[in-house]
Amino acid sequence: MKKNGAQVFLECLLKEGVDTIFGFPGGAVLPVYDALFDSPLRHILVRHEQGAVHMADGYARATGRPGVVLVTSGPGATNTVTGIATAYMDSIPLVVFTGQVPTALIGNDAFQEADIVGITRPCTKHNYLVKDIKDLQRIIKEAFYIAMTGRPGPVLVDLPKDVLTAPCELKYPDKVELDSYQPNYKGHPGQIKKAIDFILSSKRPVVYAGGGVILANAADELKAFSTRLGIPTTTTLMGLGGFPGTHPLFMGMLGMHGTYCANMAVMNTDCLIAIGARFDDRVTGKIDEFAPYAGIVHVDIDPTSISKNVRVDIPIVGDVKNVLKDLLKAISAQGAKDFKGNTKEWHSQIDSWNSTHALSYKNDPKGKIKPQYVVEKLYELTKGDAIITTEVGQNQMWAAQFFKYDRPRTFISSGGLGTMGFGFPAAIGAQIAFPDKTVIDIAGDGSLQMNIQELATAVQYKLPVKVAILNNMVLGMVRQWQEFFYNKRYSHTCISVAPDFVKLAEAYGAAGLRAKTPGEVEGVIKEALSIKGKPVLMDFRVDPAEDVYPMVPAGQPLNKMLLV
Amino acid sequence: MRHTISVLVTNEFGVLSRISGLFSGRGFNIESLSVAETLDHRISRMTIVTSGDDKVLEQINKQLNKLINVIKVHDFTDEEHIERELALIKVTSNGDTRAEILSIVDIFRAKVVDVSPRSYTVEITGDEEKIGAITELFRPFGIKEIVKTGRIAMARTPKQK
Ligand SMILES: Cc1cc2nc3c(=O)[nH]c(=O)nc-3n(C[C@H](O)[C@H](O)[C@H](O)COP(=O)(O)OP(=O)(O)OC[C@H]3O[C@@H](n4cnc5c(N)ncnc54)[C@H](O)[C@@H]3O)c2cc1C
Ligand SMILES: Cc1ncc(C[n+]2csc(CCOP(=O)(O)OP(=O)(O)O)c2C)c(N)n1
Repeated sequence: MKKNGAQVFLECLLKEGVDTIFGFPGGAVLPVYDALFDSPLRHILVRHEQGAVHMADGYARATGRPGVVLVTSGPGATNTVTGIATAYMDSIPLVVFTGQVPTALIGNDAFQEADIVGITRPCTKHNYLVKDIKDLQRIIKEAFYIAMTGRPGPVLVDLPKDVLTAPCELKYPDKVELDSYQPNYKGHPGQIKKAIDFILSSKRPVVYAGGGVILANAADELKAFSTRLGIPTTTTLMGLGGFPGTHPLFMGMLGMHGTYCANMAVMNTDCLIAIGARFDDRVTGKIDEFAPYAGIVHVDIDPTSISKNVRVDIPIVGDVKNVLKDLLKAISAQGAKDFKGNTKEWHSQIDSWNSTHALSYKNDPKGKIKPQYVVEKLYELTKGDAIITTEVGQNQMWAAQFFKYDRPRTFISSGGLGTMGFGFPAAIGAQIAFPDKTVIDIAGDGSLQMNIQELATAVQYKLPVKVAILNNMVLGMVRQWQEFFYNKRYSHTCISVAPDFVKLAEAYGAAGLRAKTPGEVEGVIKEALSIKGKPVLMDFRVDPAEDVYPMVPAGQPLNKMLLV
Repeated sequence: MRHTISVLVTNEFGVLSRISGLFSGRGFNIESLSVAETLDHRISRMTIVTSGDDKVLEQINKQLNKLINVIKVHDFTDEEHIERELALIKVTSNGDTRAEILSIVDIFRAKVVDVSPRSYTVEITGDEEKIGAITELFRPFGIKEIVKTGRIAMARTPKQK
């Protein structure tokens, strides 16, 4: 018996090695849902399509494999847009399949029609409308290939209903033929030589590593490189875990809420080695005054990242893993005898910056719970062995500052788009990928409420995801800006009208715990860590007046930090 | 500075909107754009006239190359090349001015392609300067309408040594 497009579609996913898809049904994708009934593919039924995309995204960030989403046409498709834009900004590989009205009706304002290919063109790496069943399998193959290669990113494939019901035979291609898309993985040997000569002649080198290290699975190579030469290393928010957070060479994150040491190092280095990082404005501060004494080496697989914001002296277009290996080879070949001696003074300077203004906060064991204390306790009690996701705002910055990430893919956060509501579904996606790991969403009370409905999903699949709500009853990060830059005029940032999170958790069939004093924090975390088979919300009533420090006010150079 | 860029793209629906979306989304200029199939019907050529400093042009070039449908990007700026555009100009005419208009047409090696009692429609091809010059000469007679194609360009074959 001949199969139809929908059945073949699912078989293509299996051939691609997909084990889980995140989705929500509707009219246009009914043929696929019908076929799913007989398929070994695992489908996670979400409660909102945005949740599905963030889950697939969390799954992708935790595993390095592409996240796969299936939704219906029209509102199903438009609900995915924020999730897709989130993945796009952070270069996360997703393949999102949307249902579409039958080809004959496209353009007719048909029921639940939306031009999702048009809508997502600027926030996907590429997208497709499958107009003919004969193109279906080639396009699926290309979609996965494009999502995963080069600079990764989300790809959307729009599937009209008549294509899904058309007769079809499985003939999944083994390779793609795309003349117009040939990412460059190998760094240019001449540039590598130049880079090494320059690095070895420097006296105040800094490695500035970003999300590209994690995307390239190159954390081991980065560690080998930095330690081989003893170069002080900082990472971006997206690079956390790309270099061990407890390593003596690690200076912490740089940028707007980076450490004093990392920012001072960048402002004084004579050789900035940027590896898989894109000079985001949250990182550079005032661009004209960024790293004023530095020659810059920049390794990136995407030529558009190079010299986009900051002039680069030695660009190397290529894959971080390959290029780091080549750099290491070049170092072995030519030796680096004098280098450590030459950089000695720099190391003592770094040590002194490290100790003068280490990250800190004023703890008050008798007073209110400090959010930083909660994060520190989470680190201590999990011994750092957890996957942490974050929401957006102060919670995200404290999670970046006060938890130490020793391994890649253990810190999962929406950096580029800064999407509130990301962390919880992303944690669900990560937990689905790693059922036995401790997965914790460090959350703000505001952000969590943006995708709280996914509690039902977590309960349905018996996922022991933990949510640590740093509940300050305000939109904390915005409140902080109002405090610093808008004369403490707290316009519309108080959200104290909120559900009782413990009762809410219970209403969903999850567990709810609360800590109101510092003394209760440890007990709540321990109890949460012991709960199996269902999600837990921990409601930490934290000091609403707490601010994130250091802070470089927007538009200021990195050495103009506001300190605790 | 102004640049004329040729972009070879796969001939599929939606490609034009990817390119124009890239320009508008990133705040790049498009002064003119023309598109047509090449000899290979699977490939189209877009000729785009844009402007910006070196940094902007570098980004335009890289961002275009990054699009999956873009096969090749070529900037003509630093090489010998031929640029042409075509204009149709409807110029007011009457018994007194006809002869003068026709002599301008002649000098510019343009062509009259339509005649009515009160107007001539003139077709002219050439570079921007030439079309600008004839437009200026026609202006005193009264231009009723002018339609121009975007610019197209081709590299000159290097002279044999
Ligand atoms: C409230 C808030 C505050 C923030 N504050 C800070 C802050 O203080 N400090 C901070 O750092 N960030 C901060 N961010 C995050 C910031 O907005 C950016 O998301 C982040 O700095 C970008 O990180 P990145 O440069 O590592 O780039 P990514 O977005 O991770 O980009 C990765 C780069 O690597 C390249 N790449 C991908 N794969 C490869 C490969 N295989 N080989 C080579 N290259 C590859 C890509 O082309 C890209 O250029 C904040 C975000 C929010 C929401
Ligand atoms: C979807 C979305 N809307 C608005 C913002 C702007 N924004 C950034 S941080 C923030 C406050 C977040 O509040 P909460 O989740 O409670 O976290 P806190 O900063 O208090 O830790 C807001 C509104 C955003 N990042 N995302």
